[in-house]
Amino acid sequence: MRRIESCFQRLADQKRKALIPFVTAGDPVKEVTVPLMHAMVDAGADIIELGVPFSDPMADGPVIQLACERALAHNTSTRDILDMVKTFRETNADTPVVLMGYLNPVEVMGYEAFAKAAAQAGVDGVLLVDLPPEEALDVKPLMDAQGLDMIFLVAPTTSDARIKLIGQAGSGYLYYVSLKGVTGSATLNVDEVASRVETIRNLAQLPIGVGFGIKDAESAQAVSRVADGVVVGSALVNQIAENKDTPNAINDAVGGILSAMRNAMDQ
Amino acid sequence: MSERPDFSAFPDARGHFGQFGGSFVSETLMGALDELTAMYARLKDDPQFRADFDYDLAHYVGRPSPLYLAERWSKQLGGAKIWLKREDLNHTGAHKVNNTIGQALLAKHMGKPRVIAETGAGQHGVATATVAARLGLTCQVYMGAEDVERQKLNVYRMKLLGAEVIPVTSGSRTLKDAMNEAMRDWVTNVDDTFYIIGTVAGPHPYPQLVRDFQCIIGREAREQSLKQAGQLPDALVACVGGGSNAIGLFHPFLNDEGVAMYGVEAAGDGIETGRHAAPLSAGRPGVLHGNRTYLMEDDNGQIIETHSVSAGLDYPGVGPEHSWLKDIGRVNYVAADDQEALSAFRELTQVEGIMPALESAHALAYARKLAPTMSPDQNIVVNLSGRGDKDILTVAAIDGIEF
Repeated sequence: MRRIESCFQRLADQKRKALIPFVTAGDPVKEVTVPLMHAMVDAGADIIELGVPFSDPMADGPVIQLACERALAHNTSTRDILDMVKTFRETNADTPVVLMGYLNPVEVMGYEAFAKAAAQAGVDGVLLVDLPPEEALDVKPLMDAQGLDMIFLVAPTTSDARIKLIGQAGSGYLYYVSLKGVTGSATLNVDEVASRVETIRNLAQLPIGVGFGIKDAESAQAVSRVADGVVVGSALVNQIAENKDTPNAINDAVGGILSAMRNAMDQ
Repeated sequence: MSERPDFSAFPDARGHFGQFGGSFVSETLMGALDELTAMYARLKDDPQFRADFDYDLAHYVGRPSPLYLAERWSKQLGGAKIWLKREDLNHTGAHKVNNTIGQALLAKHMGKPRVIAETGAGQHGVATATVAARLGLTCQVYMGAEDVERQKLNVYRMKLLGAEVIPVTSGSRTLKDAMNEAMRDWVTNVDDTFYIIGTVAGPHPYPQLVRDFQCIIGREAREQSLKQAGQLPDALVACVGGGSNAIGLFHPFLNDEGVAMYGVEAAGDGIETGRHAAPLSAGRPGVLHGNRTYLMEDDNGQIIETHSVSAGLDYPGVGPEHSWLKDIGRVNYVAADDQEALSAFRELTQVEGIMPALESAHALAYARKLAPTMSPDQNIVVNLSGRGDKDILTVAAIDGIEF
């Protein structure tokens, strides 16, 4: 069984929900990322979404745009990130790692070469925000052949017909974008999310992670009551930004937020 | 090329021109793009929609634009006759308005009270603010902070027209970043907002609908050539940034096998310096701003900064149909550098009394090389896509003149 699937199954058996942190790889320096991944697992992370920086992050708000700029200031490349995952896997065999970003830094490697290298490094899934399932027809079999899950987004604007299509195209989990906007924008409306998640459940079989607008333990707890997973990104990347000149403080700052979320979710 | 494709069959239903084009956007926008695609499919052959569009082009834009024989310049160059398609005489001074008229009509049909746009030099921003003023739509224009500084006159024009200009301070602070920011706005306000994209790039259906609105240029030029020159032109020349004026001129001639076509990119300081804006000449295929196309990118797939004296060509991508026309060999893509464009700008001004936009001057610079290789009974049509008034401060600065 693939790592993401077994992760959600184990959590379901324990009646717990997945805590899924997102950080941009190489932010603010490359050496920070692998220790941070371990620290996040220690603080209660179940799955790690590792951001692949891009020069033109169209779906991101200012917090993650700046993270991309910091990571690209010293040329963090897709290959560097695969090396980070490989190093992480030396001491962690269980926590799924999903690479999240934009298509171009992956496409430039060639999809087959990327899929092989990613699987070898120990990556479990990819989430490319500017690759809707209609455009993924050629890419998906190459990822599948290497055991990589393709995770797709569902938005508040997604029609029922598309939810079905996305549910069939994807594997691992579905990422429900809780609001219209970019990452790190407004606070989500829990009632709205609850009703949308219910709709998605009726149309698709995959576990549902919810992201965008989850800022603290309270919102993480509220979302965990309705979804299978809680994705938190900008709130953590903010901590990295605040500690960018004192990288040693990053693990505690990020870990602190995650622990609080974990406790609230498990209550 | 063994067999010509049926050019009218492209893009396909999913917006592809061969391997190029498509809809590479985040899921939140897919619904809006589907809605726009459906609305456009319904309206593009609707007699009332076409009549409204044609009426506005005739009475608001001032079409048809003349096809002018640059007799003195042609004689001086000593070769083919050069004809100028005078898009500079349109209302607002460039070809951009053909497209904003069309998209504003779509916005009206879709009941969207607010329009947004990205702009580089400010011509598309002005053309959008203009139609928004006329239709009473709220208008916000994203413009790189760097360009806001370089193009103060157009910024003020947009403000006078009632638009709000939002300076973009992220990334390289130029056109590509303005487009990123416009996309972010659209994803946030997708319910009430129509995004008026200024060129034949972006996700499907934009490359198609912008092309269709700009094809008026080529349809007129074809008819005018037959009438005024008594034959089809032997060559077409147009500058290519995103490529909307070029596709507008080229597309109605694609099936005319005897018509050669030249798209002229901005070579900036020279292709060999790396400081240019010529993805078709020196880039490779990738994905940016919703479509797969030739891009200026580094080995890690990051978009690299571009350079051109002309803000309107200063963009790292190009419309996907151009990428396809390059790969199938139907259009030749060449480049002219800053110096060549500036000298063509001066030459046309002094010999014909027509001051071209620096963008259009890239096309003139190539026509200047092409004409002497052809005979006086041959004809070249150059798209004079815009007027040069907006560039006077740039040229003056190069001449060391301050006001």
